[in-house]
Amino acid sequence: MQSTRNNSAKLPLLKAPAVLFFPASACLAQSPTFSSPTNIFAPASTPAKSIFGLSLFVLVITGIVFVVVGSLLAYAVVKFRKRKDDDSREPAQVYGSNQVEIAWTVIPVIIVVVLFMATARVIANVQKAAPDNAVHVTVTGHQFWWEYRYPDLKVVTANELHVPVGVPTEIRLLSADTDHSFWVPRLAGKTDLIPNHPNVMWIDPQEPGLYLGQCAQYCGTQHAKMLLRVYVESRTEFDHWIQQQSRPAQSSDAAPEGQRIFEATACINCHAVAGTPAQGRFGPDLTHLMGRDTIAAGIAGNNHENLRLWIQDPGRLKPGSLMPAMGLNEHDLNAVTAYLETLR
Amino acid sequence: MSTEVITLPGTQTTVETSRRPLVDRLHEWVTTVDHKRLGLMYIVYALMFLLIGGVEATIMRIQLSAPHKDFVSPQVFNRMFTMHGTTMIFFVAMPLVFGLANYLVPLMIGARDMAFPRLNAFSFWLSAFGGILLYFSLIGANGLYGAGNAPDVGWFAYAPLTSHSFSVGHSTDFWILSLLVSGFGSIGTAINIIVTILCLRCPGMKLGKMPLFVWLNLVMAGLVILAVSPLSAAQIMLSIDRYLGGHFFDTQAGGSAVIWMHFFWVFGHPEVYVLVIPAFAVASEIIPVFSRKAIFGYPVMVAATVCIGFIGMSVWAHHMFTVGMSSNANTFFVLSTMAVAVPTGIKIFNWLATMWGGKIDFKTPMLFCAGFLFQFLAAGLTGIMLSAAPFDWQLGNSYFVVAHFHYVIVGGILFCLFAAFYYWYPKMSGRMYNETLGKLHFWLFLIGFHLTFDFMHIPGLLGMPRRIYTYEPGRGWDTWNLIVTIGVVFQAAGILVFAANLIWSYFRGRIAGNDPWDAWTLEWTTSSPPPEYNFAAIPSVKSRRPLWDLKHPEDPDWKYE
Repeated sequence: MQSTRNNSAKLPLLKAPAVLFFPASACLAQSPTFSSPTNIFAPASTPAKSIFGLSLFVLVITGIVFVVVGSLLAYAVVKFRKRKDDDSREPAQVYGSNQVEIAWTVIPVIIVVVLFMATARVIANVQKAAPDNAVHVTVTGHQFWWEYRYPDLKVVTANELHVPVGVPTEIRLLSADTDHSFWVPRLAGKTDLIPNHPNVMWIDPQEPGLYLGQCAQYCGTQHAKMLLRVYVESRTEFDHWIQQQSRPAQSSDAAPEGQRIFEATACINCHAVAGTPAQGRFGPDLTHLMGRDTIAAGIAGNNHENLRLWIQDPGRLKPGSLMPAMGLNEHDLNAVTAYLETLR
Repeated sequence: MSTEVITLPGTQTTVETSRRPLVDRLHEWVTTVDHKRLGLMYIVYALMFLLIGGVEATIMRIQLSAPHKDFVSPQVFNRMFTMHGTTMIFFVAMPLVFGLANYLVPLMIGARDMAFPRLNAFSFWLSAFGGILLYFSLIGANGLYGAGNAPDVGWFAYAPLTSHSFSVGHSTDFWILSLLVSGFGSIGTAINIIVTILCLRCPGMKLGKMPLFVWLNLVMAGLVILAVSPLSAAQIMLSIDRYLGGHFFDTQAGGSAVIWMHFFWVFGHPEVYVLVIPAFAVASEIIPVFSRKAIFGYPVMVAATVCIGFIGMSVWAHHMFTVGMSSNANTFFVLSTMAVAVPTGIKIFNWLATMWGGKIDFKTPMLFCAGFLFQFLAAGLTGIMLSAAPFDWQLGNSYFVVAHFHYVIVGGILFCLFAAFYYWYPKMSGRMYNETLGKLHFWLFLIGFHLTFDFMHIPGLLGMPRRIYTYEPGRGWDTWNLIVTIGVVFQAAGILVFAANLIWSYFRGRIAGNDPWDAWTLEWTTSSPPPEYNFAAIPSVKSRRPLWDLKHPEDPDWKYE
């Protein structure tokens, strides 16, 4: 076997196929195949928009790198494959080339510096404090539901967050037990809720509507069914909602027996109904339960059947939920359901 | 009795082993301190766990193939992803890496065994015991009541989910102990590899003349010591929390959940390099041999690897961009993480340049390496996306991340390991594998891999978090998840072909001879499989490719290096 040798590399890198520019990602958001209420490429609030802008930039740069390097690889794999009519001689042995090594060190360094600067700017923008006029909400993550408190407005609710449109909302994140993560992709990136480690994030949704999300940090058995619903409302609707939520529970003459059973069983150890002896803090506040569209952290519609099923055996809807099956008889079950249905 | 023809390097040795009773032969395997037998045991043991981990993955994929499926309960699903992650990292990937290093490093440096053969055996049995302990939790975790259980806290086991309040029973203890025990095994092996490489090289093999495989395994072993030690410390602290009233991670008593995350990821991220650097090592041997060219830029490849090792130790908190670190900390970890892309890119370019101008022979090992190059390129670029912290605030803990790291671990590391099996199978077994079956394995696995992991990125972009046992319809995730699950069928078929090939070829394969690939490193000078003492006479080398020098005396490498 004969081998020829070539110490100074002559890599015909410049002859590589011309590179095409693909601004691929911008169409992602619009295409119907990708339609989703939780699409990160359909931002509707400043933090999500800043992230979206950076994402496009990063996607375009990495896309170009992929196309360039991928084409070179593909070219090498096709062009330099062994052919049937090859002689048995070894190809020229090339050991390296400092010039080429420097080139493919410096170019990535430049790309990294550019990406880093763009990223650092967005980090500073999103992590700055929320504006002064922000609405304050404290979110507490529980296994497996969300507690919302509006400290300035004296409102407590669960699982369905209401915020005004066009105004910043500062969200303080706490956890009552394990780690959770608050992620509504169209409004902002996720931030974790960690016990002993309060976090803050902010949103300023610019269009009214319902925004969905869910817990994004594994928190136990029912991590999957810890859904987030954020209702973005006009200022009037929001004020109306606050006013309605600030009232104590409606006098429940309609279902006195249900109320008696509710207050005489373990229900009140965990649940609160403002203005009654029920003052538990372990489970969701039920004062205005009927004002919510869903129960059990967004997994089931708030209707008679689901409510009844939930009280009878939460495990049927959400196995592993910390609410025990109360073992009520048929009569008591109907009475408690009827009572809860008066909590408007 | 056996007759052994002692030979000089470069000539065929014939070894006839006489048939002895099965018990004797098993006894030899159990008590062996031979690096080759231990290497093979690591590999066989890892391949068994690969099947188990694969079954766990399949169960998860069936459950997720459509919304609101009831194939398994949430409890079982959570155990499956915990066991899948723990198994695949600690009892598949690590033993495979150690097995290859154990088998090949002494052969490549012209040594007769590892530096500490008994420590080697001890480390293997510790790791093996760790794996058995983890799976014993399936029947033993609830003590004598026999209800059966398994760890369900995730392979990352974030505090405080692991505290007694949230994890009653003993499944978490099994997880802790199994990783602690196998971790000591890993540290032992790492020390052994380092000492072997530094002290047992044959005459003439200066550090700069070692095959790249050996260099990269040296860096890997260094990282193992640096990475596994904090994990072991954390496991001990967690046990103290659980049983001795400690409060390191017990948030209800003022402990810190975030400290656990730091401990875990200061292990967890270097661990990625522990696994991927040996994959690079394999590619750096196979690509030159099948391109028929010397590796391009050897010193730069070594420098880039050492650089990855160093930078790799300072990027861990990019797993924690969402835990609410200060913007300064976030910015630092963005920079360090992006910086890793530079040496990694250099490596890809050097492999490219090695192929450039070569005569690439696409035998099965090279096919897998070519797949690795494209997939690792893509995985690196999705890694860049995730390193941009704000982008990670959206993508972190979503299926995008799951797709990304499977691209690294399967598309990068596993593809290289498959390449390694095919490349060194003739050396280890003495017989050639079946090339047709090998290529079938490659194409089936390639199709399966891309169906599963290409499409897995999309639900992540559409807001699907990971570690959920089911999901709501109407989120736009259904179709993608179905495609992802379909890919599993092809991957499983590929694995079956692989297993069939290994077994069939062991009995029926063509006799391989010493050097079936016309390769250049020392392991190809000795017989296949090598005798217990590896080399009849300790070889001496003058260049990085001693067999090239032997085959081309008119034009040896040492003139140019």
